[in-house]
Amino acid sequence: MTEPTAVPPADMETKKEGRTRLPSLLSGPAGRNVGLVLALALICVVGVITGGERFASIDNLMVVLRLASVIGVLAIGMTFVITSGGIDLSVGSVMGLTTVWATTWATQAMADDLHWVVMVFTAMAVGTVAGLVNGAIIAYGRVVPFITTLAMLASARGLAEMISNRQTQRVQSDAFIEFFRLEPLGVPILVWIFAAVSVAGWFLLNRTTFGRRTVAIGGNAEASRLAGIKVQRHTLYIYGLAGLTAGIAGAMMLGRTTAGTSTHGMLWELEAIAAVVVGGTLLIGGRGTIVGTVVGVLIFTVLTNVFTINNMSTSAQLVAKGAIIVAAVLLQQRFANRSKST
Amino acid sequence: MVTGDPTAPLLEMQGIVKHFPGAKALDGVDLDVVPGEVHCLLGQNGAGKSTLIKVLAGAHQPTAGTIRLDGEQIRIPHPVAALEHGIATMYQELDVVDGLTVAENIYLGHELASAGFTQRRQAAARTRRLMERLGHPEIGPHQEVGALSAAGKQVVSMARALSRDARVIVMDEPSAVLDSGEVDNLFRVVEELTAQGIAIIYISHRLEEIRRIGDRITVLKDGMTVGRNLPVASTSTDELIKLMTGKDVEYAFPERPGVPQDAPVRLEVDGLGLGDTFRDVSLTVRAGEIVGLAGLVGSGRSEILETVYGARRATAGTVTLDGRTLRRGSVAAAVSAGIGLAPEERKSQGLVLDEPVYRNVTLASFARMARAGWLDERAERKASQEQAAALDLRPRDVERSIRTLSGGNQQKAMLARWLVHGCDVLLLDEPTRGVDVGARSEIYALVRRLADAGTAVLVVSSEIPEVLGLADQVLVVSDGRVVHSAPAQEIDEHQVLDLVMEGTSA
Repeated sequence: MTEPTAVPPADMETKKEGRTRLPSLLSGPAGRNVGLVLALALICVVGVITGGERFASIDNLMVVLRLASVIGVLAIGMTFVITSGGIDLSVGSVMGLTTVWATTWATQAMADDLHWVVMVFTAMAVGTVAGLVNGAIIAYGRVVPFITTLAMLASARGLAEMISNRQTQRVQSDAFIEFFRLEPLGVPILVWIFAAVSVAGWFLLNRTTFGRRTVAIGGNAEASRLAGIKVQRHTLYIYGLAGLTAGIAGAMMLGRTTAGTSTHGMLWELEAIAAVVVGGTLLIGGRGTIVGTVVGVLIFTVLTNVFTINNMSTSAQLVAKGAIIVAAVLLQQRFANRSKST
Repeated sequence: MVTGDPTAPLLEMQGIVKHFPGAKALDGVDLDVVPGEVHCLLGQNGAGKSTLIKVLAGAHQPTAGTIRLDGEQIRIPHPVAALEHGIATMYQELDVVDGLTVAENIYLGHELASAGFTQRRQAAARTRRLMERLGHPEIGPHQEVGALSAAGKQVVSMARALSRDARVIVMDEPSAVLDSGEVDNLFRVVEELTAQGIAIIYISHRLEEIRRIGDRITVLKDGMTVGRNLPVASTSTDELIKLMTGKDVEYAFPERPGVPQDAPVRLEVDGLGLGDTFRDVSLTVRAGEIVGLAGLVGSGRSEILETVYGARRATAGTVTLDGRTLRRGSVAAAVSAGIGLAPEERKSQGLVLDEPVYRNVTLASFARMARAGWLDERAERKASQEQAAALDLRPRDVERSIRTLSGGNQQKAMLARWLVHGCDVLLLDEPTRGVDVGARSEIYALVRRLADAGTAVLVVSSEIPEVLGLADQVLVVSDGRVVHSAPAQEIDEHQVLDLVMEGTSA
C-alpha cells in the first residue's frame, strides 16, 4: 500500500532505522507520490511559461478539474481492479451505456414523475450490473479479465447503440441540468463528486477489509485463498465496484454534456488505465495507490490543457501521452527492482 | 564404504563438494559410470542427488572435486557446456515446449538452418531416424508435442538428447509421471540406448524398477557417497536401505510428553478420497497429538492434506472437526472452523511477498480483528509483535517486507498466522522445506509446543527422519493409500523406507 499509514509504534528498532531510511525515501511509497507531484508541477511550470495568464487562472484551473473529474472517477474504480491483478477494458463503453440507459424515454418519464435522481440511480445500477456480469464471468467462469472485459466493451457499446438507435438523447429534466451546474464555493459540482469518490476510494483501499483483500489477492491470489479469503466472491465485488464507478461517471457525463449517447466514453478505458499505471499502481497487482491515480489523472489532463492552449494538434498530444506512459512504467520497474533487491 | 567392481569409466566424478551459504549440500561424492550401463543413483531426500545432477548439468559449480570424461578432466561452467560434452539431463518437469512440433522441439536451440531459414525437411528426416532408433516410429516429426502423453514427451526429450550426440543421459525419476504400461515403454527405450553404448544415470526411489533395468548402484547419504558401484543383482534391499538410512541426524527433536488416553479427538478424517489421486484415507488426530504422514513425492500425501483443508474438493469421505462435518472444497469453511495450513510452497502458496510481515501474519484474521469492515491495524501490529517475540522471529521488525526474511523465519511467520487466528488443527506440509539446519530444531520445538498447548497437528514430510522424530503417530502413504499406521516409537526409518519403496510395486 502506498500512502503513509499510521505512525509505526515507536519501539527501538524502528527508531534506529528511521535515520538510515532517509536516503531511500524517494524510492519509498511517499517518494513515488512526491515524484509524481514534481512531474505535475513541472508541467504546470511549462504551462505558465508558454500560456501565461491563459493557463494560470482560476477559470482555467476549474476547466482542467472539470475535465479530469469524469475520467478520474473511472480511474478510481480501475485502481481497485488493477491492484487486484485484473484489468477492466469495458469501463468506457459501460459508461456510455449508462448515459443512454439513464436518458431513455422510459427512465426520463419515471424521473419526471418521481425525481431527477432516478436517472443517477439508473446509471449507477446499470453500471454495477455490467460490472457484476464481468466479475461473475471472471471469478466463476474462470475467463481471463482481458477477454471478459473486452467482450463487455463490445457488447455494452452495441447495446447502447441498440437502445438509443444511435440517436443523441437529450436530458429533459431542468432540475438535473441545474444540479450539475452548481458550483459550491466556486468549484463545479463534478469536481466535488470526483473528490468525494477519491476520498471514499482512499479509505476503502487503505482502511477497510475490502481494500486489504484487494491488495492481498493482487499480491498472491493462491496464498489469499489458502488463508481463507473468498477470492472468487471478492473478485466479483471488485468488478462490480468498477462498474459502479462507470455508472457514477456516466451520470456526471450526462451532467456535463446534458445528453446521453452511445459514443460517450470511447477509448476512455485506456486513459483510465494509463492514469492508474502512471500513478504507480502495479499492473501485475499487489500494490495500489489512490493518491497516485488522482495525480496521474491530473497529469494527463493538465498536459492536454497545456497543449491545447499552445494550439498543438491532437495528434502530437497522443504521441506525447504515449511517451509519458512508457517513461512512467520504465521508472516504476526500476523502483520495483530496487525494492526487491534490498 | 562399500565398493564393487570397477570398469574403464566413461564419466568419473571424484570428491565433489558443493557449499551453499549456510549449508554443505555435497561433501565428497564419487560416481563413475561406464558406457552402456544403467547406473542408479539412490538416496533419501536431501541426500544430495539433485545437487549432484545439477553439477553434472552445469547448473551448479562445484566448490571442489574433479569431473573426468574419457579420462580427461573437464569443466562444466554452464548448461550448454554440458550438452557440448555429451551430457544430457532429463528433469522431472520435462522441458519440452507444448506448442511446437516434435521436430521443432528436438532441434530447439540448435536448429538446422541455412541462411537463417530453418530446414524443415531435413529436420523431419532426422527426427524420423531418431524416433526409429528409440523404437517409437509412431511419433511423427510434425505432431504437436502438447498432444503427446507424458511418456511421448519423455521420448521427445530423449530424442533431443540424442540429437545432441549425448553419451551420458541423466534421468531424474522418469517413471514418476508414467503409468505402468508407459514404464515398460520407457524401459525398452532405455535398453535401446544402452545397447548403443550410451550410459544412463537413473534416479528412482522405486527399488523394483532398479532391479529390472539397473546395472550398478551408487548410494548417497548426507552429501556423501556411502555405497559405490554395487551390482544390482547381488545387493540386497536390506543392505541398500541400511546404507540410505543411519542415525546421525544433526538436529534435535523435542521430547514427546505422550498424548493422554482421554484427549479428545479434534480432527477425524473418514474414507476421504480424491479421484485417482488417493482413496479411502481415514485418520484421527487428538488434541495435543502430532500425526505424521510419510511417503514419497507423488504418493498423494500433500494432496491428502490439501483435501482435508478444502483446497481440493474431495470426491469421497468426510472431514470432521470437533464433531462438526466440514463443507467439501471450501477453505473458508475450514479456516473459520479452526484449521490452518502451512503449505509446501511457502512463497507461491503461503505468503504475499511484497507485503509487510504483520499483514502476512494477520492474513487469515484481519477481517475478524476489523470492526464493521474497518481495519484495526493497531491490533494487527500488536498481535504480530507478540507472536514475533514468542516465536523469536528475526529480525523482530514486523513492518519489514516478508520477502527479506530467511526461509526459517518465513515459516515462523506462517505459524504465527495460525497462532494469531487461534486454530485447533494445524496442517503442516513440508514444514522445514527451505529452512536451514539451524532453524529446523526451532521449528520442531515450536510445533511440539503448539501440540502441548492442545493443538492437533497433522504433518507431511518427505524426510522420513523428520516424521519419525516429530510425530507421535506415523502413517505411511504409498500410491494414494495409507499402507501402515504405527506409533512413532514402534517403527523405524528402515521399516518406513521399506514400506514406501516396496509398497509401490503392489
